Amino acid sequence: MTEEIIISGFGGQGVLSMGKILAYSGLMQGQEVSWMPSYGPEQRGGTANVTVILSDERISSPVLNHYDTAIVLNQPSLEKFESKVKPGGTLIYDGNGFHKFPTRKDINIYRIDAIEYAYANNAVKTMNMIILGGLLKVRPIVEIENVLKGLKKSLPERHHHLLGKNEEAIRIGMDLIKKEN
Amino acid sequence: MSNSQKQHKEEVRLMKGNEAIAHAAIRCGCDGYFGYPITPQSEILETLVELEPWKTTGMVVLQAESETASINMVYGAAGCGKKAMTSSSSPGVSLMQEGISYMVGAELPGVIVNVMRGGPGLGTIQPSQADYFQTVKGGGHGDYKMITLAPASVQEMADFTVLAFDLAFKYRNPTMVLADGIIGQMMEKVVLPPFQPRWTEEEIRKNTPWATLGKQKNSKPNVITSLELRSEEMEKINLRLQSRYREMEKNEVRYEEIMCEDAEYIIVAFGTTARVSQKAVELARAEGIKAGLLRPITLFPYPSEILMSYTSRIKGILTVEMSAGQMVEDVKLSVCGKVPVEFYGRMGGIVPSPNEVLDALKEKLIK
Repeated sequence: MTEEIIISGFGGQGVLSMGKILAYSGLMQGQEVSWMPSYGPEQRGGTANVTVILSDERISSPVLNHYDTAIVLNQPSLEKFESKVKPGGTLIYDGNGFHKFPTRKDINIYRIDAIEYAYANNAVKTMNMIILGGLLKVRPIVEIENVLKGLKKSLPERHHHLLGKNEEAIRIGMDLIKKEN
Repeated sequence: MSNSQKQHKEEVRLMKGNEAIAHAAIRCGCDGYFGYPITPQSEILETLVELEPWKTTGMVVLQAESETASINMVYGAAGCGKKAMTSSSSPGVSLMQEGISYMVGAELPGVIVNVMRGGPGLGTIQPSQADYFQTVKGGGHGDYKMITLAPASVQEMADFTVLAFDLAFKYRNPTMVLADGIIGQMMEKVVLPPFQPRWTEEEIRKNTPWATLGKQKNSKPNVITSLELRSEEMEKINLRLQSRYREMEKNEVRYEEIMCEDAEYIIVAFGTTARVSQKAVELARAEGIKAGLLRPITLFPYPSEILMSYTSRIKGILTVEMSAGQMVEDVKLSVCGKVPVEFYGRMGGIVPSPNEVLDALKEKLIK
């Protein structure tokens, strides 16, 4: 199994750390992993993205032009990556602030209003974990147990008391995600 | 597996290529790192400072005032037989060229890491491979060469840091680790090398009898300099350096072949573009095109012989680089016109995608 994922949004939305947790989860279940961030000027304000690959085999290119799954958290990301989802693949978007919406018919489109939920429920800091929960509901590529192990590994020890909150956020995301087509 | 082996079994970690270099430097007994921050390699210095090796192994970590200062600090430390290194990205490495030439002239070992970004000038902070000529053909003045290791994974960032020190001391010549922004910034699985203690004073005296450690009774003073005003003597030094480079060519060629056995078309690429090209080879194979990848690991000495050995059975070579075409010249020299050699490259920080490479292979060679 190989899953090629792009996660894209505004800098500060937790895009890179969501990718990191996903990569650690893959590591925990013994997979090959690659995490390739956009480290360019876009990381300093504009749109940030990260390519995460989880695979049972050696990963060749960390840079891709088509993805099994795209998670897009802002309008420019949708415009950039909707066309790059492989036919039959998955697009997950948070529609907050969108004026144009996904149009493709040959991919599975899911909406998760995690940003709205997070602001309404004082959960902004775990917003990316809500989205990760949504992803795992529709693409169960890693076991939740391994996500929690990965989270423990990637978070400094002083934040370990927040593990419960993160697990809760994953569960919320699983309920929040809705299929659109 | 015995119990002691189990105890020493290193855990698999996830880290950036830059971080792996920092960990590997401490673990291989490096005495000093001198560097100045520049994207996309600042994590090397940052990680070293976080790890505080001066409290454990006694390794010095110093942010110098400039890249010029960094390389000259490496020169100074190496003159005392210490394992010293610096790292930078393209514009900073340009500033180091004088120091590198002086190190070669003074026959000093040391490790320089270049995590390349797009140029010329200050250019961009995105990845590039356009410092190939500078590194392999000699960016500084005079007749010199450096063994150049081109990592293509985070694991190799760690492994080649250790190897670079071994080779630098074996040949009393600086060694370059030539990476790019992608390999520096991406995270992958890595198993870190085992801990080796730093050399003791006695070990330094034994391993580097040329070092300036203070004159012993009944010994001649050691002098470290790249200055020799007598031309006959200077030519002798040059001949000694050249014979060393011939030794490197004989002993140190390294490369990886992927699906080359039955290949009709060979892609030649190093570092990140080798990873991208490997995917292109997979895509080509899925379409029934017999493609293979030759990944040079040492850029000097160059794996020319293996390339020449393909020429009797392949239809052509595509060289892929993040540059306007630099390594392609060495590919052409290697095959002496026996097969067509085509080039595909992107510049200025653009990374070619696997599909672009596949399309280039089809357009330029298969048609």
